[in-house]
Amino acid sequence: MKKLKGEKTEPNVAVKKPGSSVEVKTGAWRTFKPVVTDKCIGCGICAQFCPEACIKIKNKKAVINYDYCKGCLICFNECPVKAIESKQEEK
Amino acid sequence: MVMKFLEGSEAISETVRLCRPDVISAYPITPQTHIVESLARLVADGKIKSKFLEVESEFSALSSVLGACAAGSRTFTATCSQGLALMHEVLFAAAGLRLPLVMVNANRALSAPINIWNDQQDSISERDSGWIQLYVETVQEAVDTLIQAYRIAEDDRVLLPVMVCMDGFILTHVIEPVDILDEEKVQKFLPKYKPTHTILDPQRPMTIGPFAYPEPYFKLRKEISTAINNSKEVISEVHKEFGEKFKRKYGNGLVEGYKNDKKIAIVSMGSVVGTIREVVDKRKDVGIVKVRCYRPFPKNEIIQTLKSKKTVIVLEKNISLGLGSGSLFSEIRDALYPLKNRPKVVGCIAGLGGSDIKSSDIHRLIDDSKKMKDGEVKWLT
Amino acid sequence: MVDIGEELIASGHRTCSGCGSILAARMVLRATGSDVIICEPTGCLEVTSTQYPTTAWRVPWIHVLFENAASVAAGVKAALEAQGNNHTQVIAFGGDGGMVDIGFGAVSGALERNDDIIIITYDNEAYSNTGMQRSGATPFGASTSTTPSGFESAGKKTWKKNMLMIAVAHGCKYAASTSIAYPKDLEMKIKKAMGIKGTKYIHIHTPCPVGWAFDSSKTIEIARLAVQTGMWMLYEIEDGNLKKTLDITELKPVENYLKTQKRFEHLKENDIKVIQEHISQTWKELDKLEKSGVNLRTIL
Repeated sequence: MKKLKGEKTEPNVAVKKPGSSVEVKTGAWRTFKPVVTDKCIGCGICAQFCPEACIKIKNKKAVINYDYCKGCLICFNECPVKAIESKQEEK
Repeated sequence: MVMKFLEGSEAISETVRLCRPDVISAYPITPQTHIVESLARLVADGKIKSKFLEVESEFSALSSVLGACAAGSRTFTATCSQGLALMHEVLFAAAGLRLPLVMVNANRALSAPINIWNDQQDSISERDSGWIQLYVETVQEAVDTLIQAYRIAEDDRVLLPVMVCMDGFILTHVIEPVDILDEEKVQKFLPKYKPTHTILDPQRPMTIGPFAYPEPYFKLRKEISTAINNSKEVISEVHKEFGEKFKRKYGNGLVEGYKNDKKIAIVSMGSVVGTIREVVDKRKDVGIVKVRCYRPFPKNEIIQTLKSKKTVIVLEKNISLGLGSGSLFSEIRDALYPLKNRPKVVGCIAGLGGSDIKSSDIHRLIDDSKKMKDGEVKWLT
Repeated sequence: MVDIGEELIASGHRTCSGCGSILAARMVLRATGSDVIICEPTGCLEVTSTQYPTTAWRVPWIHVLFENAASVAAGVKAALEAQGNNHTQVIAFGGDGGMVDIGFGAVSGALERNDDIIIITYDNEAYSNTGMQRSGATPFGASTSTTPSGFESAGKKTWKKNMLMIAVAHGCKYAASTSIAYPKDLEMKIKKAMGIKGTKYIHIHTPCPVGWAFDSSKTIEIARLAVQTGMWMLYEIEDGNLKKTLDITELKPVENYLKTQKRFEHLKENDIKVIQEHISQTWKELDKLEKSGVNLRTIL
């Protein structure tokens, strides 16, 4: 195929890196921070309802990835044993 | 050669059959209806192995072929006039997403008042969309151009949608012998579509049609502009190869000169060129430059073929209301503007809403042009 | 324990804190898995999750325009079938703006053609992306930026469009209403839809903390309250047979739901009475319909 003169024409309009939004650390939005206490029973309800998908259950305990947690506190509100506390974010 | 005595619309659907699209989706609108109906018959009889989507509007028609193309299939659609206008949003989206769609536009006037006959206002009004636009003079040219259109659109260096514009009723409803081409030769010329850049595939997920902030948007639009400008080369290349394989050509694929060694030239697009040829044959003072490729605009070819003229008459079937002329006229004048001894360029609005263009009218126009001033535009009388 | 599985929407999307719609997308993808193609119209999710050059989606995804998600999905499905792929799910996934209002024609066309796709509406009851203008799915009395509470008029004057009944009237084999507060019910309905050939319609109720004006921590609580008060009813219509999918013996008063959101704070006692009567009546009639065994697909 003959090479055309001029600038490159490979289309860049599609985003080919799936999940590349992880470069954006939305944790910077937080004003209140959910903190998991020892009362946690690892039921996973907080992880299920987290809009940011930043809660994982590791060794039967909820672990929050603060890089992405926006501090919505749905986890705090939904925890069946009230194991999550809401603390003012310190900067 | 496979000669058949067919209606223009049927010749188109026979050609679509040879191009083997996976998905066909079109909404009927006069005068394109026969294309949709004959395709539906071919699908019902199993002569085309395509999925035929019975959509509820032209908007859905173009949207669904866009989705099918993004999922990796070759597609076909057709429309005109109000239907094309309804697709306006999707036209821009398709070009912006760099999807190689192919559409036949059966040129028809735009409302209001509502009119079903031929003029070129509909497709000319979409000239900014990023679609490659090719205007054909005869049914044979429509058949040949449709096959070339897929090659051009799917070319890795282009990846832009192509619109084949054929005058509604004049070309869609005429019945004449047409060479609908040998199937095996067409398969060799037009291999199966293999998408390279954009595909909806769970094996390699990508996001098509993201949200772009100002700077990336600006860069992406420039990319499309480069692509459509470069497509001129591909259009000529494909046209040349087609000519070698099927022994038919139309100028250099972008413009076609006819007896163009005179001091006056008439520039026009579409089937009216046929009438102008008759007029030119009876005279000694005028030749024709037929514009086949309207977008991308073949500026260099226009300059080459018209630079030595004394007078250029642009006869067109559209008007840019408020500009006082048609669009082709202003673009031709713009192309010739930098020349040192540029020709006198005059314009003529004709054929709107299917109004008749007689040979006698064209004779009169050529005579009148000698007295017209540079930049003057008249309505055909 | 609730098992989340592989996350098909990455973090880092720019939805509002406490957004219900992104939760709906997560729950849908958890049910479908990765063999899926999403066709999305313009809206909250699209704008916040695909800001060039990044994307939150880990599945193939296409956005074209505001009103053609269902048509694009129809085309994608046709292409896959032509290529011999009968297993990939094609989903038209849009907000109430793009599916209930401006995209209604495309949805209707797809339903009528019985295209083998799943049409999912995430319903935050307004055009949230552009500033909470009213949509056909905005509930009666709600204050939005185009139905604001003023001296001459206050709130939307018409009732919510019932998309499930509209879908069934097109001959839809499976239509269901769901809520993000009931993820198991949502998952069950999505999985059921995946196993049926033809057009399926799923409507997900997704509260919007910014638009409805409530604290971001209450998104799930309010979604749950909507179901418990009858402001959003969970049922499915399979082959024309209506069945409620949640056992509620008695509905809580609608006031419990209305008072939690500022978009209803202008409502007077009489307005709340009107809403309560409407909900109670609808609940009774739905009950009658369910018990009667009438086949809606036949009669609609």
